[in-house]
Amino acid sequence: MESVNTSEQIGTPWVKIRDMHFQRGSKSIFRGINMDIPKGQVTTIMGPSGTGKTTLLKLIGGQLKPSKGVIEVDGQNVPRLSRNKLYELRKSMGMLFQSGALLTDLTVFDNVAFPVREHTNLPESLIRHLVLMRLHAVGLRGARDLFPAELSGGMARRVALARALILDPTMIMYDEPFTGQDPISMGVLLDLIQTVNRALGLTSIIVSHDLHESMSISDFVVIVSDGQVIESGSPEQLRASSSAWVQQFLNGAADGPVPFQLDAPDYRDDLLGVVNKTAGINAMGKS
Amino acid sequence: MIDLFARFGRSWLQLFERLGRAHLFLMQIIIGLPALFGRWYLLIKQLYATGVMTLLIILVSGLFVGMVLALQGYNSLVRFSAEEALGQFVALVLFRELAPVLTALLFAGRAGSAMTSEIGLMKATEQLAGLEMMAVDPYQRVYAPRLLAGFIAVPALTAMFGAVAILGGHLVGVEMLGVDAGAYWSQMQSEVSFRHDVLSGMLKALVFGFVICWIAIFEGADCIPTSEGVSSATTHTVVYSSLAVLGLDFVLTALMF
Repeated sequence: MESVNTSEQIGTPWVKIRDMHFQRGSKSIFRGINMDIPKGQVTTIMGPSGTGKTTLLKLIGGQLKPSKGVIEVDGQNVPRLSRNKLYELRKSMGMLFQSGALLTDLTVFDNVAFPVREHTNLPESLIRHLVLMRLHAVGLRGARDLFPAELSGGMARRVALARALILDPTMIMYDEPFTGQDPISMGVLLDLIQTVNRALGLTSIIVSHDLHESMSISDFVVIVSDGQVIESGSPEQLRASSSAWVQQFLNGAADGPVPFQLDAPDYRDDLLGVVNKTAGINAMGKS
Repeated sequence: MIDLFARFGRSWLQLFERLGRAHLFLMQIIIGLPALFGRWYLLIKQLYATGVMTLLIILVSGLFVGMVLALQGYNSLVRFSAEEALGQFVALVLFRELAPVLTALLFAGRAGSAMTSEIGLMKATEQLAGLEMMAVDPYQRVYAPRLLAGFIAVPALTAMFGAVAILGGHLVGVEMLGVDAGAYWSQMQSEVSFRHDVLSGMLKALVFGFVICWIAIFEGADCIPTSEGVSSATTHTVVYSSLAVLGLDFVLTALMF
């Protein structure tokens, strides 16, 4: 079932994953997954909840180590990099966390300025310009003096985006960037991601459930499920795919090869209390 | 029966595995300490959060402990007409034992628990992961300043605890119970050795500060990133730190005196 997007399909890959296995406790998240993420394009990773998409971003960023396999970013095998080399590589990566991950003891301005102050010796006047430009781009120049606790979830994510962009990274990973955004912010964000990608030649990886929005700006889409790549290709290729799995996912249908319910005992028996009480829990653990 | 043995063995293995992780963690922090040169503001911020914010509880406790010591000491000493030795008694008990131990216990309850919950929440809200992804090492930026701050703050707080407690002793012994002020101070001056008594107490405080911060930071960084995980890590910090302080106090006392 698994397909590896070939170099002919995508051009030069920036991220190359080969036969990667990852386990969390006794649960296997990835079982020999292969994937290429093209350079300078917007790639969206999709898949059902709990399939390990965020985990995949953390593996690419070197925050987690796979039990087996290769994860190459710009030709460097991330799991085998020394701490110093990994930190060097991360200076060229931006990551937008699902929660925003803003430092709660700093204001919005200081949060966005944080990476610049840590890694450069630029004068404060220049830092101020850089920060205000990024905040303006995400529409939050007026929130510069607020603390993260005073922001909504969507606003915090936009500040995090400004922070992720401040060092002009060569690759940026977005974990659910569209969650909690109002229609106007959503439009601006989509435009921003696309513009930044085109203008700076960034490699962008988006993990998102917002199908239509993310597909509208993606050059390449990878669908992941059950520890494997199910399908990959351009949004048009995916829409035209004959795979029942892909069609069910793209159309959001409850019936199809992907079960909506987690592995569980028979519904009727469960309601009547016929089944062992732990059966459901075991089923949850296996999923 | 075999199951019981297996469970017993597993829990011991887990304990040693965690101890090993705690030592590796400490090593990484110590490696990160030189990064503080030129970034003293990080240390000063932590000295304020751990030291200055603990000062009030230390001073108030010190005052009461000194007052109680003087009261108890006077009642015992007066039976042998030795109440002039009150100053010596108060100072020796304080500098050798009570000041470092009580300061450390109060520090663990006030600053250690705060440190664990702060780091635990930083982990739960992905702030630590965010720092790592921005190529900022949490060992250098988050943990090292806290360890050094505790190392400096506990001896300083111990000295203040001792000073205020001696004044508390003076207040009760001299002002209220009528011990001669000259005797109170001169006995203390002649019988308390700076090197043997005061510096030994300070050395204890240094060790306690280091161990409390190590436990607090490790518990925070190693906690399960949920509200329950953070709360249990905070409890562990107070319990383990208190036990470590009392256990180490015995060992250090046996070695020093």
